[in-house]
Amino acid sequence: MIPAAFDYHQPGTLAEALKLLKEHGNEAKVLSGGMSLLPMLKLRLASFEHLVDINRVPGLDYIKEKGGNLCIGAMTRQATLERSDVIKSKFPILADAVPLIADPLVRNRGTIGGNVANGDPGNDQPAIMIALGATYVAQGSKERTVAANQFYKGLYDTALARNEILTEIRIPMPPARSGGAYTKLKRKTGDFAVAAAAVQVTLGKNGAIESARIALTNAGLTPVEAVDAGKYLSGKMPDDKTLMEAAKMAAAKSSPSADVRGSVEYKKEMARVLTARALKSAVQRAGAN
Amino acid sequence: MSEPRTDAKICGMGHSMKRKEDPRFIRGQGKYIDDFVLPGMLYMDIVRSPHAHAKIKKIDTSKALKIPGVLAVIDGPTLAKYNLHWMPTLSSDTQMVLPIDEVMYQAQEVCAVIATERYIAADGVDAVEVEYEPLPVMVDPFKSLAPGAPILRKDKKDKKDNLAFHWEAGDKADTDRALAASDVVVSENVYLPRIHVASMETCGCIADFDTAQGKLTVYMTTQAPHAVRTVLALVAGHVGLSEEKIRIVSPDIGGGFGGKVPVYPGYVVAIAASVVIGKPVKWIEDRMENLQADSFARDYHMKVELGAKKDGTMTSLKIKTVADHGYTNASANPSKFPAGLFSICTGSYDLKHAFCEVDAAYTHKPPGGVAYRCSFRVTEAAHAIERATDALAQKLNMDPAELRMKNFIKPDQFPYKSVLGWEYDSGNYAGALKKAMDTIGYDALRREQAEKRKKGELMGIGICSFTEIVGAGPSKQFDILGIKMFDSAEIRVHPTGKAIARFGTKSQGQGHETTYAQIVAEELGIPAAHVQVEEGDTDTAPYGLGTYASRSTPTSGAAAAMAARKIRDKARKLAAHLLEVNENDLEWEPGKFSVKGAPQKSKTIQECAFAAYTNHPQGMEAGLEAVHYYDPPNLTFPFGSYICVVDIDRGTGDVKVRRFVAVDDCGNIINPMIVDGQIHGGLTQGIGPALYEEISYDDEGNISGGSFLDYYVPTSLETPKWETDKTTTPSPHHPFGAKGVGESATVGAPPAIANAVVDALRHLGVTHLDIPITPEKVWIILKSKGVAE
Amino acid sequence: MAKHKISVTINGAVREAEVESRLLLVHLIRENFAMTGTHVGCDTSHCGACTVHLDGQPVKSCTVLAVQADGCKITTVEGLEQGGKLHAVQEGFTEKHGLQCGFCTPGMLMTTSALLERNKNPSELEIRQAISGNLCRCTGYVNIVNAVQYAAEKMR
Repeated sequence: MIPAAFDYHQPGTLAEALKLLKEHGNEAKVLSGGMSLLPMLKLRLASFEHLVDINRVPGLDYIKEKGGNLCIGAMTRQATLERSDVIKSKFPILADAVPLIADPLVRNRGTIGGNVANGDPGNDQPAIMIALGATYVAQGSKERTVAANQFYKGLYDTALARNEILTEIRIPMPPARSGGAYTKLKRKTGDFAVAAAAVQVTLGKNGAIESARIALTNAGLTPVEAVDAGKYLSGKMPDDKTLMEAAKMAAAKSSPSADVRGSVEYKKEMARVLTARALKSAVQRAGAN
Repeated sequence: MSEPRTDAKICGMGHSMKRKEDPRFIRGQGKYIDDFVLPGMLYMDIVRSPHAHAKIKKIDTSKALKIPGVLAVIDGPTLAKYNLHWMPTLSSDTQMVLPIDEVMYQAQEVCAVIATERYIAADGVDAVEVEYEPLPVMVDPFKSLAPGAPILRKDKKDKKDNLAFHWEAGDKADTDRALAASDVVVSENVYLPRIHVASMETCGCIADFDTAQGKLTVYMTTQAPHAVRTVLALVAGHVGLSEEKIRIVSPDIGGGFGGKVPVYPGYVVAIAASVVIGKPVKWIEDRMENLQADSFARDYHMKVELGAKKDGTMTSLKIKTVADHGYTNASANPSKFPAGLFSICTGSYDLKHAFCEVDAAYTHKPPGGVAYRCSFRVTEAAHAIERATDALAQKLNMDPAELRMKNFIKPDQFPYKSVLGWEYDSGNYAGALKKAMDTIGYDALRREQAEKRKKGELMGIGICSFTEIVGAGPSKQFDILGIKMFDSAEIRVHPTGKAIARFGTKSQGQGHETTYAQIVAEELGIPAAHVQVEEGDTDTAPYGLGTYASRSTPTSGAAAAMAARKIRDKARKLAAHLLEVNENDLEWEPGKFSVKGAPQKSKTIQECAFAAYTNHPQGMEAGLEAVHYYDPPNLTFPFGSYICVVDIDRGTGDVKVRRFVAVDDCGNIINPMIVDGQIHGGLTQGIGPALYEEISYDDEGNISGGSFLDYYVPTSLETPKWETDKTTTPSPHHPFGAKGVGESATVGAPPAIANAVVDALRHLGVTHLDIPITPEKVWIILKSKGVAE
Repeated sequence: MAKHKISVTINGAVREAEVESRLLLVHLIRENFAMTGTHVGCDTSHCGACTVHLDGQPVKSCTVLAVQADGCKITTVEGLEQGGKLHAVQEGFTEKHGLQCGFCTPGMLMTTSALLERNKNPSELEIRQAISGNLCRCTGYVNIVNAVQYAAEKMR
């Protein structure tokens, strides 16, 4: 449980941090909450010559509404999200998920930036960001944005370049009559999902589904967006049969691997069950809005 | 014994005295192994095999030795020079300390790096390069025992098979006949998988060899310090370690549960390193090392057959077990009982015919198993009989509570000689079950279940009425490696009436510093607050076999009472001397002797103590102390009835424990608060294996469950709010009527929970489910029966 | 690899150390500062035996680098007792038998003392949620909940 030796840097500004990443290239890794990186280093499953700790870079920890988006700084701790009123009231999908991430002690350090940028399919927030249609702001030699559903390429492989730091997550404020939900089945507190479903829907004035996005956690090497299922729901009334069908379609996109949490068949079936439950909850919340 | 006999000041038995050990723990001033720092101390870390079975072709230590601060790498050949590369196990098998040329389980110790600092030792381990040639792996105990299987223990020259031992109890022919004559027989294959004690503190030691004095001190996480000392003296006597020059110090231990009984290779290597280098060597294992290489328990494959008359009277029980012991039998069992106390499997029922047999197999897995909070295989036995009992109830379409009531040994049958040879001291099984049923509202729950079943909702009620067998044990039958399983207490009263009491046991959280003081307080009337309790230092503590298998109260607790009574007898003589009366004219109440008929003429125990040093009668030896080695006349038989209510999610198969009522009977209670705590903890270590915990291996011997990532220890959110209650049926042979209790709940909880889940699925035709009952296991059944959401 | 000079305020006292980058905060506390009340119980950041307050927040000190704590305020179990007076949670754990072997206890005390700072009257569920990152093998959590409720009442 002792990491191999590395050099440690504590830049005081974003520019300094980016300079260090540029200088050390593949040998450098950003350290944010540390709740994923440090355990890996301790088990010597990964090693880097240089750790660039961005915890002292100011101005990356915020939750604010701006330009029709909820803008969350990448260094915002999970515990801060858990206590946020705007998230509780406007983003139930995120309010559902945060208390289910790891445990309260981990959430005091873990950041949303780390959770979305890690590239681990077991992390919860990527699927949620996809369901919310979020974009990520990355700072490198220049600033650019990447849509969440374009961000994940493979296992620990994202669109973030080596010399870039994720600085902000931008989530469009949901229109009226929107609701979301995140359902997660896990073997115990602190474990990654057996299966989990993130759903965000908006209902039209007549009660039909105007838009729906479904994404699954731990259902493949990257978060899985059930695009077909979302399209299928568009324009339809959210009765039980329709929601069940959508859940089935979403689960069909799930390709989990077997492990101690379950067999492939079970995980796929749970993706269906959980998507159905998340859809029901999201629709109910949308209707109440 | 309902109301305490002593007042709150003396605080004898029955008081929920606040613990004397707490002040240091709540301040973070406990002294656990890793808290000790000795001058010049070195650190040891271990290189472990990634393969379950492999030849070691080459160990290249050159890179490791180049790291500044790495002093040495100790390997098998080095130890072989001193004939220390193999050692005996507690079950008289043999175990590698470090291998010469072949590893036999994944995570086996291959060699050890000694360095000046902990971090450097870790770097050293990373830098050692070992070349392996993987060999075929045997992980299936049935295949291992099959004729023609490749021999695993090639070190045993004459061994032609992989059978570690065969053991049996009962009359096979008679039982077969009784089964054949039964109206109904249920047969189930019950598997209890490997689990791990996972105490919050892992194992470790600091071995400190003083070259000048030739004295070895080992600070060690051990539940049995004296046994360790003697074993070391026997095993390493040839390298100059002599028992009077070995001191084992067991300090504060962060949980034992049986996992800190065996002598692990790491301890021996650290000792060897310290002897060779002449400096203290600290070895503390990581959690992954702990989970992967030591302290595993269970792994019993049991075929259980229970026969009965059609009116539900049980007639016969037969259990055939294949036990997976890993590559060597390192289990901590009394020598005549290689399968522990498994023959308690007739449980709480008046079975007239029974037979059980155990075949132990070698496999390429870590050695074991420890007696994990199970009093030597009682968890296995209880699980078998309680599952079979429910299966029988199901087959007869009888209520499981009713079936149990019908078959319980009746109070007037005690002491009860079981057909497998145990004499149960006392019991009131129906009383405990009735109390549990009343508390949980059993009849109302059954009605609720019937209603829910109509609506397709899944709810289950599970009962477990177990009989435990603890307090090993009478010297006639019980020894470990030849050392009899008595235990001891040594009490010395000081002139000012305070006392020190030392024991051969070793608490790992059970509260001995408090409970033993309360026993002395009860017997002598010296306030428990004035009784200093010590355990764990072999230089000062009287000889004992340690704490595990719920034996402390039955053995050392009894010894304390007996020693105290010897002291009281002498105090009586002193009081008589002081009061100038005949001994027989005195009456005793806790803390005081008074003259019969003239109670104002009295002497306190404190005054007697003072007199023992200042005014003892001529011809009497000064001082006021006694030692007692207690050889229990029998084991004690705590028991209980647990009832569990579960609700099952039809979509995911997830099982939620809605309620759990535990009624326990451990005879007379020393400290009710501590007993409740033991039950809470045991229940939690029961729901763990019931629903969450499992260690398993794939065909290549790769472990699953080797870290807390996948060894699922229940958190506060998985753990229900336990409801506990008690009945009190004293042990007739114990000096103060007490029985042990530490393990009752780990024994009773898993069958109660398993029975509840099977009960929820009973109407679908399910008769058995192996633990851990994962949501997927349940879902597979729901799906196959067409009732999944 | 360069060493770093760091300065922390631990239990109210300023302490300095020169440390490797990779030194874990729990080892800084236990070994450099010889405060062994904080314990190591696992190697995958699950058990919480290492919980301390870092700038007032309970965190797993085995998953923080010592260098990350430079300039920060740390409170360990040794800092709970103030001027000879036990913290209410320490009293609660003793009154309600919230500990047995004591190994998880410092972590539990740090987590629950922080809980009571922000929640004066936690429900049983809130307590169980708060300590869900702290494993205990001895107590079964029941008396820990009782201990925290006792402490909460004392503090109100």
